[in-house]
Amino acid sequence: MLNQVMFFLFGAMIVIFSLLTVTSRKVLRAAVYLLFVLISTAGLYFALSYNFLAAVQLTVYAGGIVVLIIFSILLTSHVSERAVMAPLKESLLSALATVAGAILTLITILKFVFVPGTGVDPHQNITDVGNALVSYNRDGYALPFEVVSVLLLAAMIGAIVVAKKEKISKK
Amino acid sequence: MIQNIPLSYYLVISTLMFFIGIYGFLTRRNLITMLMSVELILNSVNINFVAFNRYLYPQQLQGHFFMLIVIAVAAAEAAVAIAIIINIYRNFKSIDVENVDEMKY
Repeated sequence: MLNQVMFFLFGAMIVIFSLLTVTSRKVLRAAVYLLFVLISTAGLYFALSYNFLAAVQLTVYAGGIVVLIIFSILLTSHVSERAVMAPLKESLLSALATVAGAILTLITILKFVFVPGTGVDPHQNITDVGNALVSYNRDGYALPFEVVSVLLLAAMIGAIVVAKKEKISKK
Repeated sequence: MIQNIPLSYYLVISTLMFFIGIYGFLTRRNLITMLMSVELILNSVNINFVAFNRYLYPQQLQGHFFMLIVIAVAAAEAAVAIAIIINIYRNFKSIDVENVDEMKY
């Protein structure tokens, strides 16, 4: 009973704040609504008893990316500035297309019968996740781990090169 | 923990979030809000991965790692995108896609 209440609370928060994120005219407010969406998603992961994923969601998404976005908003626009939206005709067409796509997908999902897995209790142990992350055996994920580390290094260098001032390279 | 909540409820929520993100991507004209719409889309995909992992294959960890990798890619993408946005702002004094319509250099 309680988990149902929590699920519907988080689900309603996700949908409402997502809508506010894409429709709010004030950019900074939209970023704060995005923060609420990400925190509610972490709540859903807690409801699924995946504590590690919820913690990652809270630290990386809600803690890292949202702070980055808010920083760049404050650097590039005034707080009182109102965002420019698409013209009315274009918005209506976009809304029509997305509503049609959503209805199609929802019908497909609700008609499909999912067979629940009959496994043992889920991995609630962070040790299992950590062991699989650096294991190179059959069920190990060492290769994607290394690939992601190279990707993060490349993104870091790329971001520095793109954002640095021109004057340095002209010397 | 997950009694009385079918898998399709999670999928409905993530579908709504995905299409709201697409709507925002189509109608927004500010680069940062378009980036926020992309974050919504990525987050809805994460919900799908995690819910499938929990309901259909609870003894395995594939969904965990897909979700972790998607988060890492999202973080890298946000960092690079914001570097590009700040560079665009320096050159054009604006980050609306309507005003940024010439390829300099």
